[in-house]
Amino acid sequence: MRSIHIATITQAVAKLAIDANYYLSEDVYDALVAGQSREESPLGREIIGQLVKNACIAREEGMPICQDTGLAVVFVELGQDVHIDGGSLEDAIHAGVAKGYVEGYLRKSAVAEPLFNRINTKNNTPAIIHYSVVPGDKLKITLAPKGAGSENKSAVKMLVPADGVDGVKKFILDTVKAAGPNSCPPMVLGIGIGGTMEKAALLAKKALIRPINQRNDHPEYAKLEEEILSMVNKTGIGPQGLGGRITALAVNIEWYPTHIAGLPVAVNINCHAARHAQIEL
Amino acid sequence: MTEPIRITTPLSEARARELKAGDIVFLSGVIYAARDAAHKKMVEALERGEKLPVDFTGQVVYYVGPSPAQPGKPIGSAGPTTSGRMDSYTPKMFEQGLRGMIGKGYRAPAVVEAMKKHGVVYFAATGGAGALIAKAIKKYEVLAYGELGPEALAAMTVEDFPVIVVIDSAGNNFYEAGQKQYCQE
Repeated sequence: MRSIHIATITQAVAKLAIDANYYLSEDVYDALVAGQSREESPLGREIIGQLVKNACIAREEGMPICQDTGLAVVFVELGQDVHIDGGSLEDAIHAGVAKGYVEGYLRKSAVAEPLFNRINTKNNTPAIIHYSVVPGDKLKITLAPKGAGSENKSAVKMLVPADGVDGVKKFILDTVKAAGPNSCPPMVLGIGIGGTMEKAALLAKKALIRPINQRNDHPEYAKLEEEILSMVNKTGIGPQGLGGRITALAVNIEWYPTHIAGLPVAVNINCHAARHAQIEL
Repeated sequence: MTEPIRITTPLSEARARELKAGDIVFLSGVIYAARDAAHKKMVEALERGEKLPVDFTGQVVYYVGPSPAQPGKPIGSAGPTTSGRMDSYTPKMFEQGLRGMIGKGYRAPAVVEAMKKHGVVYFAATGGAGALIAKAIKKYEVLAYGELGPEALAAMTVEDFPVIVVIDSAGNNFYEAGQKQYCQE
């Protein structure tokens, strides 16, 4: 059994929070640059140009890509042969988020209770943590800050098997159209298909952390990703919803087995800044 | 693309009514940062018959919750937030003389009707370009509701802040016009 001390975890999570918010990943940066040359709208090209420049300023000056540095969504893959030393894993993650958001000058966007008394917790905790236990003696942590502009336009729908591929496409398209300029297009779409209601939502979130230049390894889902991207880019929504061809940069689908009577679909919309950072301890 | 129009705040009703959907504007002068929580507090203050912390006559509000300033900088990242969340408070702000709004995204029909009545213009800034927009912000000063942190009411001095008129005071909507031009469905 391998031991990992909580101080190492807190330190690592703090760095992930800062890195994810300052540095736009290369796959997204490349997709923006490619999108700029494909965009037909002059205003759309200007806007994508601003986003490219924005990513460079954030990287060079060490500041957040976007002021909405999100809630910290943390995926933990804990090797079953790892022992966590010195305290609670969960507390160590929250402490890392607090440290990263305070020391990295990131915005604190968490309120302690959602409905009656929305008081800012002032250190962006608690994080939203998803655990999975895997074979081995490593601890892999992925931190994906998620802003509300695009999260608010995300949706889950419980389709039925008869709705089929067309029903899935229609739901995704309807969701994208309802989002329009609110979710800061060009967007990245994370789609979860199958499982149960909460499984589909989690798959959609996980889909957003896959590099956007990497298609699903199942050929039919890879083809569906391409088809949905082409469909979304025909809506004319364009960069910032001001009209154009580049409404989305990519569509990432994750799927899971499901019930004989069900076809859950979740659409997790992300703005162009599909932010995430990962470490293996 | 059209040549940018340079405007310095405050904005008269006549000037606001000249601006047309699709116009690109470089804004300079003082604008006011406020979003959900500050709007809620201001509207509650008005309902109690109190005065607002700022005279909004001819002024422009920017829907923004910036990230904290790093040492030596006036502000952190400062791009627009979704304007629709302010819709239920917005017509009451027009009664206080508010002349312009900067944000992103669609507005409710009731807001557009009130814009036409009061002669108000709605600008969009580029969502997700907060680090770039910060370059145009020279000064940030919290005026009220400091306890709200990033949601405080603040005065911002801006120079050539690039925005686009998305809904003009006649109700013309550039989101609709722009999207229609490129729709291939």
